[in-house]
Amino acid sequence: MRWRALLAWALSHLMLATGAVLMLAPFVWMLLTSIRPAEEVFGAVFNPIPSRFAGVENYAQALFASNVPRAMVNGAVVCLGILAVQLATALPAAYALARLPFPGRGMLFGLVLFGLTIPIQVPALPLYLALAETGLLDTFFALMFPFFLTVFGLFLFRQFFRTYPEEILQAARLDGMGEFEIVWRLAVPAALPAIGAFSVFSVVAHWNDLYWPLIVVTSTERATPPLGILAFRDAETGGNYGALMAGATLITAPLVVAFLVARRGFVRGLTMTGLK
Amino acid sequence: MSDGESAEGVRLVGIVKSFGATRVLAGLDLAVRAGEFLTLLGPSGCGKSTLLRIIAGLERQDQGTVAIAGRPVDHLPPAERDVAMVFQSYALYPHMTVAGNLATPLEMRRLSLFERLPVIRHLSPRRRRVMRGIMAEVRAVAEALRIEALLDRKPAQLSGGQRQRVALGRAMVRHPSVFLMDEPLSNLDAALRVEVRHELSDLHARLGTTFIYVTHDQVEAMTMSSRIALMDQGRILQLGTPDELYHRPASLAVARFIGSPSLTVLDTVADGGGGVRLGALRLPFGHRFAAGTRLAVGIRPEAFALPLGPEADGPALAARLVRAENLGAEWHLHVRLDLPEEPAAIVRLTAAEHEAARGLGLLDDPLTLVLQARGVHLFGPDGVRVEPDRVRTVVTE
Repeated sequence: MRWRALLAWALSHLMLATGAVLMLAPFVWMLLTSIRPAEEVFGAVFNPIPSRFAGVENYAQALFASNVPRAMVNGAVVCLGILAVQLATALPAAYALARLPFPGRGMLFGLVLFGLTIPIQVPALPLYLALAETGLLDTFFALMFPFFLTVFGLFLFRQFFRTYPEEILQAARLDGMGEFEIVWRLAVPAALPAIGAFSVFSVVAHWNDLYWPLIVVTSTERATPPLGILAFRDAETGGNYGALMAGATLITAPLVVAFLVARRGFVRGLTMTGLK
Repeated sequence: MSDGESAEGVRLVGIVKSFGATRVLAGLDLAVRAGEFLTLLGPSGCGKSTLLRIIAGLERQDQGTVAIAGRPVDHLPPAERDVAMVFQSYALYPHMTVAGNLATPLEMRRLSLFERLPVIRHLSPRRRRVMRGIMAEVRAVAEALRIEALLDRKPAQLSGGQRQRVALGRAMVRHPSVFLMDEPLSNLDAALRVEVRHELSDLHARLGTTFIYVTHDQVEAMTMSSRIALMDQGRILQLGTPDELYHRPASLAVARFIGSPSLTVLDTVADGGGGVRLGALRLPFGHRFAAGTRLAVGIRPEAFALPLGPEADGPALAARLVRAENLGAEWHLHVRLDLPEEPAAIVRLTAAEHEAARGLGLLDDPLTLVLQARGVHLFGPDGVRVEPDRVRTVVTE
């Protein structure tokens, strides 16, 4: 009996460990490569541990001789811009869809759900043409514009607001709050965990997005992090994979650090909204 | 303007409300006097909470008008009706402190929208001055309710009784002309409920404001109200003082609802001479119904007495004791009356009466129960109470 329990324990941990190794291996390899001297990356001898610590020169090149820092600043501007407009539109709209009775509400929400099924690739061409027509290509606006309205966020917040106690809303109306004021004074503070979870999704998606920036951005001044890496590989380093991996590490680090810091809140936000 | 009009608290005329195909309120009229404590009492689903929400403006009636202090308010949103409401769940703002909860109704009235906006509000110099006045009033209300020590806490850190007080404070702080309360005691434990009942009565006496109180608990209604409107199925069955509802119930339905334990109802027929027969017993009521008319006799549990002395005089019934319940100060005897079909009845005795009766051997089967006229009511075929005095004069004419 004890042996079987032990065996089950060992087996389950072995499976989890295998999964963890598979998931982590590329990251570990990236970290190792980022401190490996250039001549060793394609060396004949396979040696997991670099023979010499080349982190300083690799990271120096990624930081000072490349577009990576610029791309990270751009990424921050784009992600925060998108997130701000997403929250400013999705929160009131979700409140209205969840709590205000008006004709056509069911149909509107049906359209929202329908919107969930449309991938960005479908409207990409018309969006591109419109941006080209208005001369807005290769701007921050072009990078952010298609993502200002978030169907996913709308859906997430609506589900959350549906669980908010009706009597508190009625008390607020008796106290003299209008519906917009209810949103910012009552609904938003209550929805903070959901807002946090959504923000993680949104920032991760747009920080890592390659597809849309590749379409609308041509100059390195507007490059987002993935574009920065791309440009780094093509133009400047050629075969310097050590510096490239140092750049990739720099670009991955903010999200990993943010997730580690906010891990508990993120999981709670997801479980609170009933999504998972 | 006459005195009657100026003393008007809330007037409801012809209120009709349906949810889908369900008619919740069926053309209801009610005049609440200024300064009275009026209770809307009734079983769940009788429409009392809906009526309260219509007065508050949280629901819109399909037909009819609501007037507060003589002024029609049908077109006004809830905030402009000068009413405050205490909810069953208290409905405190969960992320605000107690002070924030109490201050909110005043902030909404005294600060402009600009002065309430997040961040930007700090730009207004006037805001700080107004907020100081508001916080002074908040503190005064908190002291009156003895919650000043809780001002910095969040609702989640409060007990049920404390939350209830904060909800009350949030209603009081803006001095409304009408307080609306929707079962505010139902989430409290029994001991606290008694305490808060006294406090609400005191508060009503002190403020002199109109209270409209919704409950399904007849004890709350009987102990606090100036008047009770007993509701069922979207109508008011009877509007009157607690005494009137208990001692002169307008109908069988009212008599059944008010009083605990419930009164015993015996079906009978008119005997043609103004009386009814219960087995061998004849009760002279002096009614006008033709012989054979189906009537009902309602007997309060305390209207059954045991023949303990000469004062217990009157028509008597025999009964068989089924079960005796000891409630400490009183006993409830569950009996079967010696009538056709052996109807069940409940007899209420004080502890002293019970002890005396046991000493005299009056609790041995069969019991003799003497009917006391004050607690015996006659109801006509439509369930409407037959008023003995009025009817008797008609008969003697």
